[in-house]
Amino acid sequence: MRTIVAIIALLAAVVGLQAMQERRQPLGLPPGATGNVLYVRSPEFMRRAALSYHALLADVYWIRAIQHYGGTKLTNDANKQYDLLYPLLDLTTSLDPNFDIAYGFGSLFLAEPYPSGPGRPDLSIALLQKALRAQPDKWRFREDLGFIYYWWLNDYVTAADWFKRAGELPGAPNWLRPLAAVTLAQGGNIATSRTLWTEVFNTADQDWLRTQARFRLRQLDALDEIAALERVVEVYRARTGSLPRSWIDVIRAGYLPGPPADPAEYPLQLDPASGKVTLARDSSLNPLPGTTAPTATVPIAPTVPAVPTAR
Amino acid sequence: MRVIRHVAVNVFKESVRDKVLYNLVVFAVLLISMSYLIGQLTAGQDMKIIKDLGLASISIFGLLIAIFIGIGLVWKEVERRSIYALLSKPMRRSELVLGKYCGLVLTLLINIAVMTIAFYALLAYINWVIDPAVRLSWPAPAVDPAMLKAIVLIVIELMLVTAIALFFSTFSSPFLSAILTIGIWVIGHFGADLRNFGGVVGSPVAAAVARGLYYVLPNFSAFDVKAQVVHGQAVPLGYVGLTSLYGLTYLALVLVGAVAIFSRRDFK
Repeated sequence: MRTIVAIIALLAAVVGLQAMQERRQPLGLPPGATGNVLYVRSPEFMRRAALSYHALLADVYWIRAIQHYGGTKLTNDANKQYDLLYPLLDLTTSLDPNFDIAYGFGSLFLAEPYPSGPGRPDLSIALLQKALRAQPDKWRFREDLGFIYYWWLNDYVTAADWFKRAGELPGAPNWLRPLAAVTLAQGGNIATSRTLWTEVFNTADQDWLRTQARFRLRQLDALDEIAALERVVEVYRARTGSLPRSWIDVIRAGYLPGPPADPAEYPLQLDPASGKVTLARDSSLNPLPGTTAPTATVPIAPTVPAVPTAR
Repeated sequence: MRVIRHVAVNVFKESVRDKVLYNLVVFAVLLISMSYLIGQLTAGQDMKIIKDLGLASISIFGLLIAIFIGIGLVWKEVERRSIYALLSKPMRRSELVLGKYCGLVLTLLINIAVMTIAFYALLAYINWVIDPAVRLSWPAPAVDPAMLKAIVLIVIELMLVTAIALFFSTFSSPFLSAILTIGIWVIGHFGADLRNFGGVVGSPVAAAVARGLYYVLPNFSAFDVKAQVVHGQAVPLGYVGLTSLYGLTYLALVLVGAVAIFSRRDFK
């Protein structure tokens, strides 16, 4: 009986102390220090140390990469550090060179501009080049490379070349070759971008990628809407001889039925000095392609859908 | 043969008494809980991760059983002095060693069979509840019979590890046997490095020694096709057959060595 009482008392004490510990402020780190630690960075060493459990260890590093990316992206820290993302993806894909999704998603994570990602399309390219060395016959990686050159580097010639090379591989979808031609001829226009993202949406086999494509298509809708509104503003100026001071002027003149909103339902902003139309600072569609994130007074919502995280 | 069977059945019964089969419960809980958690932690590739985890768990649990029971098989009889009673019975020392080995292999086989059934049942359940569109993205079906090739090679690998553990237990303490068995198992995964050692060292003698070790030490990395079957890559039956033959031949060699040492051992 005494033993049971002692066990219960000690258990209660342990739980109580843990609860006290939880209420304490975390000790924190010195200014400038990061809590991100990766003890082993050498893929060669890990390949040997994993013995016959490469694939399992690759899964562990993949989950760590997801957590690192998602956790950093969602943190309110002003100085977000994605410094471990590439080393984690490098380890994952070195341990399991056939881990296709780590190349595909990893390249998207790496290219995503700061603060939603590290903004390193060069590392995306390095990762996809590694994928092609491991699996040279995979058209998807060539398409992904073209995509990075197209979307993040605006290098339409190289993008078209990769789309063309992807289309040459067996099993590649038949829309890749026309896409290469269109990219070369009209690279950078919204219609081409829409074709690209629509194909990504239609062929995506993962929910996350489909959601990402849907988000990008909404951004393109916003760009179309902004272009249409700027034409309306131009018509207003041509008729009245001056720019509207606000949307109210345009509505009163009968050009719009009400204040316009972007596809995410945030009100669109009109600059009375230039007649330019922009997204609201806190719109979840920020930053639009070809623009930089505005200096927001409120935290900018993630520009891509959040990946699952757990801490 | 009858004597070997009796000893083997006794070893199996002893392992049941020692609650070795409890690991099956741990395996089932681990697999089911992880398959749920993985869905929360990762983006895509849930099926790959569950398969990796299942195959690795079968291998790791089997390895722990093979090493930590294998090293005590003979030593326990010597330590408890029951070896004298055993050897006074009408049985040869070789029959005792082989019976012990077969008993532990039987324990392993039953463990792995149950783990495999539980693993396939979980995969079948996931396959049943998952969105059919997601299934299309898998490189191999959930309930993929090709995974049995990996499991067969895991079984052969564990049979070889058991033989090595038993071999060391015929002449050394459990602690030393465990260290030596684990050491051999680890080195056995560096076959490719030993083979290519000549390319990184200048000394031809060192290169020749490494090359010799490559041929003499068991090549455990050959038994690992887990990643290939999970990615739906072809593992030819010829490969499985040849690797199994290699493993069985090697374990026969080790068992002959174990019998030879045990037969000459003086228990006075």
